Amino acid sequence: MKTPRRALFAAVLWTALGLAGTAAQAKTLTLCWAAWDPANALVELSKDFTKQSGIEMKFEFVPWTSYADRFLNELNSHSKLCDLIVGDSQWIGGSAENGHYVKLNDFFDKNGIKMSDFAQPTVLGYSEWPKHSPNYWALPAMGDAVGWTYRKDWFAKPELRQEFKTKYGHELAPPKTWDEFMQVAKFFQNRVIDGKKVYGAYIFTERGSEGITMGVTNVMYDYGFDYDNPKKPYEMNGFVNSPGAVKGLELYKEIFKCCTAPGMTNAYMSEGLDAFKSGQVAMQMNWFAFFPGLYKAMGADKIGFFVNPSGPNGHYTQLGGQGLSVVAYSDNRAGALQYMKWFAQPTVQKKWWSLGGYSCLKAVLSDPGFPASAPFAGDFLVSMNMVKDFWAEPIYATLLLDMQKRVHDFVVADKGTAQDALNGLVKDWTKDFKDAGKL
Amino acid sequence: MAQVTDASVPSSARSGPMTRSGGMSDRAIAWLFISPTILLLLAINVFPLIWTVHMSLTNYKANMGWMKYKSVGIGNYRDILTDSDLWEAMQTTAHFVFWSIVSEVVLGFGLALLINRKFRGHSFWTTIILLPMMLSPAVVGNFWTFLFQPQIGLFNYVVSFFSGIDPASFQMIGDVKLAPWSIVLVDVWMWTPYVMLICLAGLRSIPDYIYEAAEVDRASAWRRFRSVTLPMVMPFLMLAVLFRGIENFKMFDMVNLLTNGGPGSLTETVSITLKRAAFEKWQTGWSSALAIILFLTVFGAANIYIKALNRVKQR
Repeated sequence: MKTPRRALFAAVLWTALGLAGTAAQAKTLTLCWAAWDPANALVELSKDFTKQSGIEMKFEFVPWTSYADRFLNELNSHSKLCDLIVGDSQWIGGSAENGHYVKLNDFFDKNGIKMSDFAQPTVLGYSEWPKHSPNYWALPAMGDAVGWTYRKDWFAKPELRQEFKTKYGHELAPPKTWDEFMQVAKFFQNRVIDGKKVYGAYIFTERGSEGITMGVTNVMYDYGFDYDNPKKPYEMNGFVNSPGAVKGLELYKEIFKCCTAPGMTNAYMSEGLDAFKSGQVAMQMNWFAFFPGLYKAMGADKIGFFVNPSGPNGHYTQLGGQGLSVVAYSDNRAGALQYMKWFAQPTVQKKWWSLGGYSCLKAVLSDPGFPASAPFAGDFLVSMNMVKDFWAEPIYATLLLDMQKRVHDFVVADKGTAQDALNGLVKDWTKDFKDAGKL
Repeated sequence: MAQVTDASVPSSARSGPMTRSGGMSDRAIAWLFISPTILLLLAINVFPLIWTVHMSLTNYKANMGWMKYKSVGIGNYRDILTDSDLWEAMQTTAHFVFWSIVSEVVLGFGLALLINRKFRGHSFWTTIILLPMMLSPAVVGNFWTFLFQPQIGLFNYVVSFFSGIDPASFQMIGDVKLAPWSIVLVDVWMWTPYVMLICLAGLRSIPDYIYEAAEVDRASAWRRFRSVTLPMVMPFLMLAVLFRGIENFKMFDMVNLLTNGGPGSLTETVSITLKRAAFEKWQTGWSSALAIILFLTVFGAANIYIKALNRVKQR
C-alpha cells in the first residue's frame, strides 16, 4: 500500500506545484514600451492596478533607438515576453494583419468601452486597421504629436524685442507661420545671449530610425505633401512629389542650413532636449510627451510652448503616440484585458494625465479645466486636432527607411534636388508596394 | 631498463594505418576525432552558405517567416547589379579601402623603420603606438564621435589651435566633404600599428649579413633600402595589405558608430547597406544575394592577390 500512497502524494504535490506556478503566472503581467518619462508615469499609475487586482506588473522598457527593432522582433518571433504592449502607431497594420495583436471589438462591446469616447484622431491613428474601418486593435493610450518649445526669457528681453520689431515690423513672439518661424530662427542664429553663442532652432535630423522623417513632414504637410491620392490609394505620383511637397522639403533644408547648431546632422529627441536645456537654441522641435519633464526641469520663466507653424497649404503636425494592445501570444490574455479595462476608466485616465501621460479620453481632454491644467495642455489639444501620420502599412519600416534615406541625402548630404529626392521616393515606394502585392 | 623490442609492439600497430585496435581502424579513430569539428564546420559554415545561396533566389523575409515565399530566380542579383545606390555604396567602400590602406602602409612601414632602430624608451614608444589597435572598434567609433563634435570635440580644438580657424566652423562627420575622410582618419589611427607590427616582423627577418655585404659594396642608404629592405619586406607588406583589405571591405562597426553611414548615405559602406536591407527592411532574399556577391568579390580578389603574393615570395 505504501507505493500507491507515495505515488498519490507525488501526484498531488506535482499538481499543487503546477497550479501554484500557473497562479503565480496569472498574478504577473509584463508591459512593454519605450524607456522615457511617460513610461515612468505608467509605472506609478499601474501601482493602483496592482493594489486593486493583486496582479503584479512587470515592465520591459527599451530606449527609443532600439524600441521598434526590439519589439517588432519580439512580435515577429511570436515571443511571450510582453502580455501588453504600447506599440507605435505605424505598427498597427503589420501587427493586425500578422496576428500579433488581439482584436478588441468584442472585448470593447462586452465591457462598454466605446471608441467614440476617445479623441477621433487617436482612434484613427492608434487603434484602427484598416484605417477608417471599425476594427480595433489597440486602446488609444498615449496621445502625442510634434510641438515646439521656445526660450520664453530670451523672447522677453526688451532689447531683443525692440531689435526684432525694428527689423521685421512685428513683435517677437512664438511663430504662427513658417515665414515667421524663419524670421525668428534667423534672428537668434549666432546671437550672443548672456555671454554665450546661441542658435535659432533645433530640428530632427536623425538618419538611422525615423528622426528626419518625423521632422520634415511637419513642414511638408503644411506645403501640400500627401502620401497618396485620397481618392485612389497608393497612387503617389503628384502627391508625394507635388510642387508643394518640394517647397516644404526645400524649406526644411533651409532651416537646417541657416539656423541650427553645428554638428546637428544626426540628432533626434534626446539631442534636442539637451540643446534646449543647455541654452543652445531658441526654439526646439520635439514630441509633446517630453514637455512635462522639460517644464519641470526648466521652470515657467524659461520655457514656453507653441504648435507647429502653418504653411500655405494647411496647418498640420506629425502624429506620435501609441496605443495599448494585448499581445496574441500572451499566456495571460485575461489578465492583460483586465488591465486594459482598468486603464480605460475615466478616473484612471484623469490620473494618467496628472502623472504626465497624455490621455486620449474625451472626458479628460474636453474638461473645461484641461487647457489650463498645464502650460502645454492647450497646444496639445490644438495639435491633436491637426495631426497626420506616416504610413501604418505592414511594410511601414521599409517605407520609412526609404524616406529617411532620400530626405537625409538631400537635406544633410546636399545630394541632388528636392524634386529628385521626392521623385526617387515615389519610385522606392512604388516598388515596395508592388513587392507587397498592393499595386 | 625495459627494452622496447619489435616483439613488444602489438602486431596490429605494426601493420600500418589500416590495422585494427579494439575493433576500430586508425583511420576510423582519426575520423571519430575530427568528425565533431567537421560537423561543427558544416553546421556553422557550409550549411549557412548553401542556405544563403538558396535564400538569395527567393523573396523570403525573415521577419515574416511564417509566410510562404517564392522563387525569384536571379531577380535579386539582377536588381543588385543594376541598383545605382548600391554602386554608390561600392564606390564609398572602395574610397575607404583604398585610402585607408595606402595611408596605413606608408605610415606603418615608416613607423616600423623607426621602431626597428634601438633608441632610449624604445619599448615605451612601441607600447604607446600599439595602444589604438588594442581597443574595440565600437569604443573607437564612440569616442571619435565625441572627439569630432564641433562644439566640444577635442579634434576641432586641436585643428583650431594650429590653424587659427574657429573650431565650430567645421564638422568632420557632418560635412559632405570631410565625412568620408573622417572614417579613413579613424581607421588609419586605429590600424596603422597593426601594419607596423607586420612590417617590423619583416624587417627583423632580414639577416644582418645582407646589409653588411651591401655596406662592403659601398651601397648608399637609399640603395640599401631599395635593393634590400623593400624587396625583402614586400611579402610582409602584401600580407598586411591583404589582411587590411579584407577587413576594411567588410568594415561595419566603426563606421556604423562613427557616422552611421551619414551624412545622407555618403559614408554608407556596402556592409551597412547589407545590414539595413537584412535587419531593418528585412529583405532577406535580396540581402542574401548581396552577401553572396560580396563573398565572391572578396574571395576572388583575395585569391588573385595570394597568387601575386606567392610570385613575389618566389623571386
